[in-house]
Amino acid sequence: MTRPRVVVVDDHEIFRAGVRSELEDLVEIVGDAATVEEAVSRIGETRPDVVLLDVHMPDGGGVEVIRRIAPEHPETRFLALSVSDAAEDVIAVIRAGARGYVTKTISGPDLADAVRRVQDGDAVFSPRLAGFVLDAFAGAPPAPGDPELDQLTPREREVLQHLARGYMYKEIARRLEISTKTVEAHASAVLRKLQLSSRHEISRWAAERRLLEP
Amino acid sequence: MGTAMANSSATATGGTPPLRRDPGRRVLAGVCAGLGERLGIDPLIVRVAFVAAALAGGLGIVLYALAWVAIPRGEGEAAPRRIPGDRGSVEVALGVALLALSLLLTFRELGIWFSDAVVWPLVLVAAGGALLWRQSTKPAEEPAEVRPEPEPPKPTRAGTVSRTGLGVALVIAAGLAFLQATGSLVAARDVVLAVLVVVIVLGVIFAPWILRLVRSLSAERAERIRSQERAEMAAHLHDSVLQTLALVQRRAEDPKRVAALARRQERELRGWLSGRTQRDSAERRLASALEDAAEAVEQAHGVQVEVVAVGDRDLDAKADALVAAAREAMVNAAKFGQGSPVAVYAEASDGGARVFVKDRGPGFDPAAIPTDRRGIRESIVGRMERNGGSANITSAPGSGTEVELVLE
Repeated sequence: MTRPRVVVVDDHEIFRAGVRSELEDLVEIVGDAATVEEAVSRIGETRPDVVLLDVHMPDGGGVEVIRRIAPEHPETRFLALSVSDAAEDVIAVIRAGARGYVTKTISGPDLADAVRRVQDGDAVFSPRLAGFVLDAFAGAPPAPGDPELDQLTPREREVLQHLARGYMYKEIARRLEISTKTVEAHASAVLRKLQLSSRHEISRWAAERRLLEP
Repeated sequence: MGTAMANSSATATGGTPPLRRDPGRRVLAGVCAGLGERLGIDPLIVRVAFVAAALAGGLGIVLYALAWVAIPRGEGEAAPRRIPGDRGSVEVALGVALLALSLLLTFRELGIWFSDAVVWPLVLVAAGGALLWRQSTKPAEEPAEVRPEPEPPKPTRAGTVSRTGLGVALVIAAGLAFLQATGSLVAARDVVLAVLVVVIVLGVIFAPWILRLVRSLSAERAERIRSQERAEMAAHLHDSVLQTLALVQRRAEDPKRVAALARRQERELRGWLSGRTQRDSAERRLASALEDAAEAVEQAHGVQVEVVAVGDRDLDAKADALVAAAREAMVNAAKFGQGSPVAVYAEASDGGARVFVKDRGPGFDPAAIPTDRRGIRESIVGRMERNGGSANITSAPGSGTEVELVLE
């Protein structure tokens, strides 16, 4: 299996160095960047499989990077990485197009695993992200809107609850007696709903985030 | 009626109860109820007498108004006024207008009279004035005589504005009617026009200056708020983050301690950033209580405990027990999870709550519980069952342990 090619975008030098040393043996790090501008040109040059993206950066943060890269390089996948606990930040970067979100306290091997899953097109839900999503989709769906997008199926809810409880995809598959592929499909479906739903909780978070951008 | 009232006022001593308006049984101000009480007759009789007197030349209204002012308000909760369309100020305005009208009619009967033209203007002025005065005296504290009925529960701003508007309109209408009647409206119009022109001219001249003044004032205010926020943040960082950094430097040789310090500071800072500042305040909720428990376990055992909460609920006795049980489960996971991070997931609503505590340790066979775990298990399972909930422990060698706590 070829190692995924990764660009690390984060405005903290120490953090980039830390990720580099932790992931060196597990993925191929082809570049890093400290600003939105740098990230856009570095990603254009190196065409990585996965971009590890800090949510908070000057000049618009991870959301801005995705917005500028995604139209030109739709094959590039993004994994958001943040110390932020704020739901609106996380939801905003997912809605911009990131395939997942993990906190910066994640261990090296877990991070490499997440990178590989994002490379394969799967969604990566940290327990915290799963919790946010359950929160956002709690309660009745709004009256006008797409009921398919504005509501989670009972199965999706179940998968998310297990993710929030700290279970891995494989463990969830075993517990729910379905295949790992099916669990991944549920997670991807939730990600899609998160990106496209017009539920006002999610729209509100996204709107607040956009207000803060310059 | 009048004599009866005067008599009772004079002799309101000794065995009989003092003459008081009775707000508990009032229709308007409790005058009749009070009189009835004092005279030992049904207030209805007194009321009928007053109405009859009112119809006979307005005397009853005058007497009632006088009694309202003169008789102090009695003890007791005020009953809601039983007049349909409860609008205190408007009633008073109407009352004052009628009072004015009756006075004028009396003067006219007595022959002290100038012109019919003053009647309506004066009545309108009386009504509008009463409205405005009532409005402006409202926030002031009781003199019960001039403010007979208690405040309506919550006068809305809109209501206040509309009543003030009505009062102003009445007074202006009175003025216009008077001017019209005396034929000086044309002259007044010229004056008004002149005043209007002057106001507009002054407005055009001074508007930019006033606008600038207002803007600079609000900018200054915003700046002051900003600098206050900055000062507050600086103070907080100094008390927390800088202290922790100093501690970290002094304990650099003890990585475990440093990690614990950093983790504790991180939690504290996160809590502060998310506005969860008063952790010990009375209004504690389940999610923050779980966070606190996680923090304590983290500090005591040096294992990372991550809490994810969906929904929240008040911290009643049952929820307290749930937190205590969850804390035991966290301690358990921290002790036997071989240093693996502990995941806590809580789902709560006012209906019920579920908490899952999971570690990635070696796990164990629940059928063969080690004796040292029995006590802990008692304090988890037993505690939940005593509070009408349940606890379920799932574990298998090699796949970690999960404790599920359910509160219906």
